[in-house]
Amino acid sequence: MIDLHGFGDQLLQGAVVTLELALASLFVGLILGLLGASAKLSSIAVIRWIANGYTTIIRGIPELLTVLIIYFGATSVLMAIAGLFGYDEYIEVGAFAAGVTALGLTFGAYATEVFRGALQSIPKGQHEAAIALGMGPIRKFYRIILPQVWRIALPGLGNLFLVLLKDTALVSVVGLDDIMRKANIAVSSTKQAFLFYLVAAFMYLALTIISMAFVSYMEKRASRGLTRG
Amino acid sequence: MDFSVVVEYFPRLLEGAWVSLQLVIVSIVLGGVFALPIALARISPVAWVRAVPFAYIFFFRGTPLLVQIFLVYYGASQFDVVRESVLWPILREPFWCAIIAFTLNTSAYTAEIFRGAIQAIPQGEVEACKVVGMTKFQMYRRILLPRAFGIVLPAYGNEIILMLKGSALASTITILDLTGMSRTIIARTYTPMEIFLAAGAIYLVISIVIIAIFRQIELRQNRYLGTLSIKVPDKG
Repeated sequence: MIDLHGFGDQLLQGAVVTLELALASLFVGLILGLLGASAKLSSIAVIRWIANGYTTIIRGIPELLTVLIIYFGATSVLMAIAGLFGYDEYIEVGAFAAGVTALGLTFGAYATEVFRGALQSIPKGQHEAAIALGMGPIRKFYRIILPQVWRIALPGLGNLFLVLLKDTALVSVVGLDDIMRKANIAVSSTKQAFLFYLVAAFMYLALTIISMAFVSYMEKRASRGLTRG
Repeated sequence: MDFSVVVEYFPRLLEGAWVSLQLVIVSIVLGGVFALPIALARISPVAWVRAVPFAYIFFFRGTPLLVQIFLVYYGASQFDVVRESVLWPILREPFWCAIIAFTLNTSAYTAEIFRGAIQAIPQGEVEACKVVGMTKFQMYRRILLPRAFGIVLPAYGNEIILMLKGSALASTITILDLTGMSRTIIARTYTPMEIFLAAGAIYLVISIVIIAIFRQIELRQNRYLGTLSIKVPDKG
């Protein structure tokens, strides 16, 4: 067996942090994506511009830079806002919070496009039928539109989640104790860089395989309403 | 915020941007060269020939680029064999390590794009080649690859943008690319927001230029179609 010099459970702890970060960012990103897609389909031009600006900027900037901007920038922005309310203490934004914000924003920008495509593919008749049944806009969205959008958007969102999972490694640069940083720590004490980075790589690979299996299960579940054969 | 630091350090940022561009161009060219044989092996009818590129692509697409860079830069030096080999002068340089990692990474993604494009060509065209009596080599050179090139363009443009964004990771192994240069400047001036935002703007401009160039090439390559609305197959 491979000798991990006692760093095995450290790496597993890192995997838990990586997974927590990925799931928290996924949650933020899905909400941002739905909001962004609705904004892009809005009839008000200003709202469309804001959404277009958001997706263009986030998708054109390296994820690492987004993480760095949020990590170093959030502190000064938050302190400036708090200063307006007369609060002068030092506010520190943790690596986890910065990571969730940065990765959530990134995921949201890409998810906006996925959701927009899915929203546009819902036939007009579905909207009309829901209105004819007397549903209000919110109930129409939850009962009729969202379940169908979800089914169409799932494959795209699944791909984005795999990208997100790999991007979590970037947050180690600002000091989050994820798989990557645990591997860095192990390397600096054992000098066995190849071994530990390879182990880290296979841990990410394992997480990827698990996510792929879960996504395909979700896809089957989401399309159970469709007639088979 | 005080943006005069951006004006003062703008030439340094441009220097960094040039390093980023070099990283992207060299890895994209090398990656494209490696991707073609990988893609052709990936669609081979022989099972064991298919298995090797499958594993290669799965590994490089399933693990973070950051891990791959560290594996090459820090990992290779773990072995004495590597340190004593003729390759050591190359593997000692962060720049070449980044190039190696990026090339391996992008060739895996590009191979999948190529494979999708080759498989998207209608079966009838393959049959037509056989009927005309072309050899396999002629068929690929004259019909399949030129056709695939047109189909591949939009996805390939995306891959270059992804590579540009991935190149920011070179800063983690001490390379002074655009991100690395920004961090160096910030260490001196302590103005993270201003410099990072300026760097972000430069990345954005480079992306927009790449997109515009690809739109032109697409127009040219697919001009026989008379339209731009071609369906690109999903990679994967």
